[in-house]
Amino acid sequence: MELFLQQILTGIANGAIYACLALAVVMIYQAIDHFNFAQGEMAMFSTYICWSMISIGIPYWIAFLLTIVVSFTAGIAIERIIFKPIHNAPVLSHIIVFIGLLAIFNSLAGAIWDHTIKTFPSPFPDGSFQGLIGMHEIGMFFVTLILLAGIFCFFRYTRVGMAMQAAAANPDSAALVGIRVGWMLALGWGLAAAIGAVAGMMIAPVVFLDPNMMLGILLYGFAAAIVGGITSPGGAVAGGFLVGIIENLAGTYIPAIGSELKLTVALVLIVTVLLFKPNGLFGKTIVTRV
Amino acid sequence: MSRLLDVKGLEASYGQTKVLHGLDFGLEEGTVTTILGANGAGKTTTLRAISGMIARSGEVMLGEKSLITKRPADITREGIAHVPEGRGTFVRLSAEDNLQLGAYTRKNKAEIAEDIERVYSYFPILKQRRSQQAGTLSGGEAQMLAVGRALMLRPRLLLLDEPSFGLAPLIVQELFEILKRINTEDGVSMLLVEQNASLALELADHAYLLETGSIVISGTSDSILENETVRRSYLGY
Repeated sequence: MELFLQQILTGIANGAIYACLALAVVMIYQAIDHFNFAQGEMAMFSTYICWSMISIGIPYWIAFLLTIVVSFTAGIAIERIIFKPIHNAPVLSHIIVFIGLLAIFNSLAGAIWDHTIKTFPSPFPDGSFQGLIGMHEIGMFFVTLILLAGIFCFFRYTRVGMAMQAAAANPDSAALVGIRVGWMLALGWGLAAAIGAVAGMMIAPVVFLDPNMMLGILLYGFAAAIVGGITSPGGAVAGGFLVGIIENLAGTYIPAIGSELKLTVALVLIVTVLLFKPNGLFGKTIVTRV
Repeated sequence: MSRLLDVKGLEASYGQTKVLHGLDFGLEEGTVTTILGANGAGKTTTLRAISGMIARSGEVMLGEKSLITKRPADITREGIAHVPEGRGTFVRLSAEDNLQLGAYTRKNKAEIAEDIERVYSYFPILKQRRSQQAGTLSGGEAQMLAVGRALMLRPRLLLLDEPSFGLAPLIVQELFEILKRINTEDGVSMLLVEQNASLALELADHAYLLETGSIVISGTSDSILENETVRRSYLGY
């Protein structure tokens, strides 16, 4: 029983990581209607920027805020420079560019900061709660919830948030009510990059900083977003925790899976959810009458 | 009455295919003008060219302002509200959020709330459906929502692309009566594109007949109604 509890808590701790990244995935999906495969690498790159700032002596929270600002700006720049020209290209072209970005950020990080694994500081106190769950994981849990609340309010209660959803879902109609669709896309990229940066900075103290840190995690992030429902930020967070818990329990109690095949669990979850509940557990079913 | 819209030598093409061959038309402030024509005559394209949704050349003047180089979002800001073919509502958002977005370019919250109530008074059914996802509305309700959303701009000119399309005759009757009220009570000018010629001529003051990208006949609705060619080809008597 104690083992079970222990595994659930570890699952929640891992889940916080996935939830954080899933939020960034959902954010960009809301804005551009595509999965951004480079999301993880962008987050990793942002985390390196923060690491560089800290290593030249800038205090953690200032570096944290500066990284968010830099990432937000970079996200907008990426949309304006790379994606604006291919705006009308088919989905497949976008995917190729996503993969290209993934490779570029990955190699660039390796070239600038080399491939040795680096430690990344946690802003939260050391130690753990009752020896069950680390303080950093608890901190990360709350950061995720704060992000979620922010995103929810942004989409639900602000004009810009609503305009962004409209621009993503129906660009023609959005332009006809006076929304500048191009800038909404750019803003979506900026926000997604900023959220990704927060996720990266929260994840790095756990998994350590190296150019490949996000490869596996992004897959869990996608799984979380799909399990929760790609249209629902709240669902993505819930999905993140679910994926974390399921993965841990499967690894512990199903001998065939063990710790080596854990990543497969994420893939199985993606396929299962897409087969049986394509909108995810919390996603809106989109009904259209003709 | 002053000239609201003036179109001169309007041309537009899809890829290599030229669809509009230099249209000249216009409309006076506060009136309803209709463009009639068969399938593929270029009616929808004409509206899309005015609101900047496709590449076009020639001249489009709204009052004293030229719109020909402007982009859709900016043309909307000049006061042209386009109810597109197929309605174009935001299906994932609620009906009321759709109306809110129609007023996206406006700032005054009190006026916006007032206008939402005004739209509900024209279309009471929308008030019942206010929190329902727009994608779940029936065809008639969706068309009403599309017109309502356009009104939320407080437009100087309303472009209507086949509002009767796919709707039951009774609903069409009701919709056109409300359009008439919007024109007479609020003084909103309209440019209406329709296949249903008798319906359109009933609402409109002025009409143009479009055939394969050129205007072939124009005049007041009454004179068009009496025109032999129009009667035989488009009214069927």
